[in-house]
Amino acid sequence: MHIDLQTLSIQPKRQAFDHLIRRFGDKPASRYQEASYDIQATENLHYKPTWASNQSLYDSSITKIVMKDWYALKDPRQFYYSTYTLARARQQDSTEANFDFVESRGLADMLDSELKDLALNVLIPLRHAAWGANLNNTFICGYGYSTIFTQPCIYHAMDNLGIAQYLSRLGLLLGDIEALDQGKADWQNGEEWQALRRYVEDCLVVRDPFELFVAQNAALDGLLYPIIYERFVNGYLSGNGASAIALLTQFMTDWFSESRKWVDAVLSVAAKESEENKMIIQAWSSKWSARAVEAVRPIAKLALGEQAEEALTEELASYNARMNKNGIIT
Amino acid sequence: MSTVFIILQANEETRSIVDAIMIDNPNAVVKREPAMIKIDAPGEMVIKRETIEAEMGRDFDLQELQINLITLSGHVDETEDTFSLSWNN
Repeated sequence: MHIDLQTLSIQPKRQAFDHLIRRFGDKPASRYQEASYDIQATENLHYKPTWASNQSLYDSSITKIVMKDWYALKDPRQFYYSTYTLARARQQDSTEANFDFVESRGLADMLDSELKDLALNVLIPLRHAAWGANLNNTFICGYGYSTIFTQPCIYHAMDNLGIAQYLSRLGLLLGDIEALDQGKADWQNGEEWQALRRYVEDCLVVRDPFELFVAQNAALDGLLYPIIYERFVNGYLSGNGASAIALLTQFMTDWFSESRKWVDAVLSVAAKESEENKMIIQAWSSKWSARAVEAVRPIAKLALGEQAEEALTEELASYNARMNKNGIIT
Repeated sequence: MSTVFIILQANEETRSIVDAIMIDNPNAVVKREPAMIKIDAPGEMVIKRETIEAEMGRDFDLQELQINLITLSGHVDETEDTFSLSWNN
């Protein structure tokens, strides 16, 4: 008997959702596109929120930034729920392994006590700053416009909560509950911390989601993370034999270099959109980065001593270079 | 001019690879078969790591291409940054 095998190609009637076909043409769409583009409601928003009757539930006019298409603010990491949680789960596993490594080999007890105290003094109060960053990013997600922009903000908020928790665990491991109590007392009353605390608390009442994005994710994080995690933990502490602490803060280092790609992409697309946007973002960037330098200065002094000024100057220069690359003149 | 081609499995991973190839090779033609995608290009095809990374949103090692590769035709020239197919005649 003769059997003739042949492939039969059946074209699906629809390659993708209609709104994706309108945007990208008639071809299969990626999961990121399906989960992010044109998801947010844009019509029938006639019930005004009871807490702010002068705005719509989703309102692009809350911010001064004007975009013809808000969905241009793509996240280069293409995080949607699945890819985000998978990526973070992998990082959680490796952080967990790092904590295990430090605990099981008693590396925490081997730390020089002076370095250990310094690390606790610098790192533990930062859990309150990370919590502020969590609130700020939740605000941006709540009041920002378009899923493609707000979705990564809530991931960013969760990441900051995670960072606060890692710092708490680090405190418990190295200095028990007393370290956390001391960290909170420092945050509330310690002289070095008041400028940063004021910065974070002033951010909590900024009502323009995009300004808040610049203030928190670009200006403050852009100075704080390189100084604390790259220069202090990975540079100073590790160089003096306390590399166990760098193991415990690996996530923060990795996370900063990963998430800055997203921050840069959002800023450069928004700035390229129009001259007005560019001027507004420039004004915000110079206003908040000048404040951020003052807020970080006392902590840099606490962490790096005499090298603090040099570190601040260099990091401000590299922040400015980064913004210039995004088309924002500083 | 002779044609080079590459055939990849059709899945979530190769979607962005195909998009990247189309960006770098405007003359290429995509044929979507059941479960696989054939891309023909006249003369030469260049696959760039950088473009794939931008489309995919993560770091990409060009050797990962092999996982989803079904077949190809043309002389292969492979470096860390590019994977190109061409006929030397």
